[in-house]
Amino acid sequence: MSRRIVIVGATSRIAECCARLWAAQGAEFLLLGRDATRLEQVAADLRVRGGQCETRVFDAGCAPDVEGLVDGAYAWRDAIDLLLIAHGTMPPQERAQQDLGLARQVLEINGVSVCLIAEAFAGRMLARGAGTLAIIGSVAGDRGRQSNYLYGAAKGLVARYAEGLRHRLHGTGVSVVLIKPGPTETPMTVGADIGPVTLAQPEDVAHEIVRGIDAGRRTIYCPAKWRWIMALIRHVPERLFLRWRI
Amino acid sequence: MSQPPLSDRWLGLRSWGLPGPFPHRVLTLLGRPELDLARDHKVLAIGAGRSYGDVGLNAGGIAIDSRLNDRLLGFDEATGILDCEAGVTLDTIVRVMLPRGWFPMVVPGTRFVTVGGMIANDVHGKNHHTAGSFGNHVVSLTLMSSDGAVVDCSRDHESARFRATIGGLGLTGLILSARVRLRRVVSAWMMARCRRFAGLDAFFELEREAADRYEYTVAWLDCPSAARGPVRGIHFAANHASTAQLGERPPAPPPGKPRWIPYGLPFSVVNAVSTRMLNQAYWLAHGPSEGLQPIYPFFWPLDGIAEWNRFYGARGFYQFQCVLPPEAEQAGLAELLRTCGDAGQGATLSVLKRFGTVAAEGLLSFPRPGSTFALDLPNLGERTRRLLAALEAIVLGVGGAVYPAKDANMSRALFERAFPGLDEFLSHRDAAFESSLWRRLFGTGP
Ligand SMILES: Cc1cc2nc3c(=O)[nH]c(=O)nc-3n(C[C@H](O)[C@H](O)[C@H](O)COP(=O)(O)OP(=O)(O)OC[C@H]3O[C@@H](n4cnc5c(N)ncnc54)[C@H](O)[C@@H]3O)c2cc1C
Ligand SMILES: NC(=O)c1ccc[n+]([C@@H]2O[C@H](COP(=O)([O-])OP(=O)(O)OC[C@H]3O[C@@H](n4cnc5c(N)ncnc54)[C@H](OP(=O)(O)O)[C@@H]3O)[C@@H](O)[C@H]2O)c1
Repeated sequence: MSRRIVIVGATSRIAECCARLWAAQGAEFLLLGRDATRLEQVAADLRVRGGQCETRVFDAGCAPDVEGLVDGAYAWRDAIDLLLIAHGTMPPQERAQQDLGLARQVLEINGVSVCLIAEAFAGRMLARGAGTLAIIGSVAGDRGRQSNYLYGAAKGLVARYAEGLRHRLHGTGVSVVLIKPGPTETPMTVGADIGPVTLAQPEDVAHEIVRGIDAGRRTIYCPAKWRWIMALIRHVPERLFLRWRI
Repeated sequence: MSQPPLSDRWLGLRSWGLPGPFPHRVLTLLGRPELDLARDHKVLAIGAGRSYGDVGLNAGGIAIDSRLNDRLLGFDEATGILDCEAGVTLDTIVRVMLPRGWFPMVVPGTRFVTVGGMIANDVHGKNHHTAGSFGNHVVSLTLMSSDGAVVDCSRDHESARFRATIGGLGLTGLILSARVRLRRVVSAWMMARCRRFAGLDAFFELEREAADRYEYTVAWLDCPSAARGPVRGIHFAANHASTAQLGERPPAPPPGKPRWIPYGLPFSVVNAVSTRMLNQAYWLAHGPSEGLQPIYPFFWPLDGIAEWNRFYGARGFYQFQCVLPPEAEQAGLAELLRTCGDAGQGATLSVLKRFGTVAAEGLLSFPRPGSTFALDLPNLGERTRRLLAALEAIVLGVGGAVYPAKDANMSRALFERAFPGLDEFLSHRDAAFESSLWRRLFGTGP
């Protein structure tokens, strides 16, 4: 039977590249995002590639209707095999420092809304004793740093949340996958100043995500080298770290 | 829906052969862009950067990067027509459609090109003698001009604009999407034949004999061997394999993953000695044979080595590709080979094929009846440019043409002579669009 997949933030480049791989296997999609026209373009492409798609508008900003989202998803299919939460926003940190409204959005969209959506789906999946919750966090959530700590803090919230949810769901048949991409060439980074790192290609990142989910991995660093880079960075003593301009 | 560019920044861009990098103000687009370009802004759409010379560069100007516009918009099983955005790569089309038994009508020697790029250079493949070039199979395209107007062009509607855009070197506007025809194939295997030959007479004989029986033909020439006697080469001819020929094999072998070469070699490992060895090894590896071959290495042998152009080091290389008209092809080729031999600077890959008589769609399309000959030359500076000029003089002398997609050296005189559709083309050109090639040929006019 074909896989039933719900994607929140389905216009995200990383999510779209994952969906293209699933579409080739004949998956069924419910695609959610805030821009109906762009969602339709993504859906058209996935259909040509072998997927079946429906689209719904969903905005993760300002008090999103998470219950409505989950009800809608279960009205679409009575069981969901995979939920991918992919939406995110990363405005320049200096702007968020000066604008608390923007800072709140960064925290809420990347952090709170993600946890609430996962929480609501977790209950439904638990009732059936099956399903996979895949959440895109970020390497930026592994350690706070001056140039991107608001976004990083929200991604850190998601990481700690996923850890706890996985603990709770252990042995129930529902799995929780935390995806931590390194800097990747997508609309999110194409205009951003992310320093002297080479950007990964979203197609490659998507391959690692799809493979990692199929292999039952709990945490997917993509590209894989970021697991070791972040392990090092996390272990730099703060006394030293404070002097780095990163 | 119109959108502002996602990003707007200065970046260094390269073409496949020229070392660069060349500064460009790169606008990255998503969806249908807001284009409102003052007339003095020089813009150019860029594809995957697989053109060798400067046709896909606009140094010092604006480059519109629409690689994120890579969606397949629809496929009609009944007609085989695929509707897609211009940033879709041939690689995507093949990966998605081949497992379902569909294949593009025409494919060039690399899969890493965009639909926009294939249209703008009206690219050809090994089946030119049966299928013509890519533009012959474009059903319609959507073109955005610098004033923001969007038109659908086809053979029936805005047909002049359609013919100007096919092979139009990116100078008629921004191609947003296109509908292209695919064909049915039963598998991802080719039934390929390989024959060694010595001398151009033997090559022409093989091409003549294969033309009716094989959809795809091409020959590799060991250019350095011409100095020692009749030039030797290997002739390839193939058809898509039939179900009966397939036997027990899986219908779709996977493409395989490209291997990378060390980043940015500072010097070229390609020289007269290494090219002689390479050509010798190639010769030894290709004895006469006939058999099944997976489709990927048949059409795209070089795609197995990602960014092989780095072998040429920091100075890059030139590719020279020309077509000589039928009445002069034999003598002209002999003269080209003699000139290369006298220059003695080594050529890695030389390819020879006879084009067929299918008329090209575009006003500036390169393919036309005759023999097309291509060779790669490491950039040794002035010496290489002198050789290119000598080769060009031969082409000019016999009324041939040089391929803009590969060119970095052609003269205005040759361009004007080789592309008689130029005058008509000029009336459809979008004045805001310009490339480094265009400025090299015409200054800031015409
Ligand atoms: C290994 C190799 C083998 C090749 N083999 C062949 C072959 O067998 N036959 C052949 O014909 N060619 C061949 N080529 C050349 C290649 O097919 C052409 O140069 C092709 O046009 C490159 O496409 P691109 O997407 O990289 O475009 P670019 O090189 O980036 O651009 C090429 C042109 O397309 C225009 N363009 C791109 N996108 C758009 C758009 N959206 N709207 C308007 N204009 C646009 C650009 O302005 C430019 O004029 C080969 C190249 C390589 C590297
Ligand atoms: N790119 C990287 O370097 C990188 C690194 C680590 C982690 N990540 C994470 O990867 C995920 C995917 O990002 P991406 O790189 O693929 O970038 P992207 O293409 O820019 O995707 C971001 C997505 O978030 C959506 N979004 C933003 N605000 C929203 C809102 N209020 N409501 C609903 N959707 C909203 C966007 O919708 P629109 O299409 O409507 O704008 C878009 O679909 C994000 O969670 C990001 O944080 C990215």
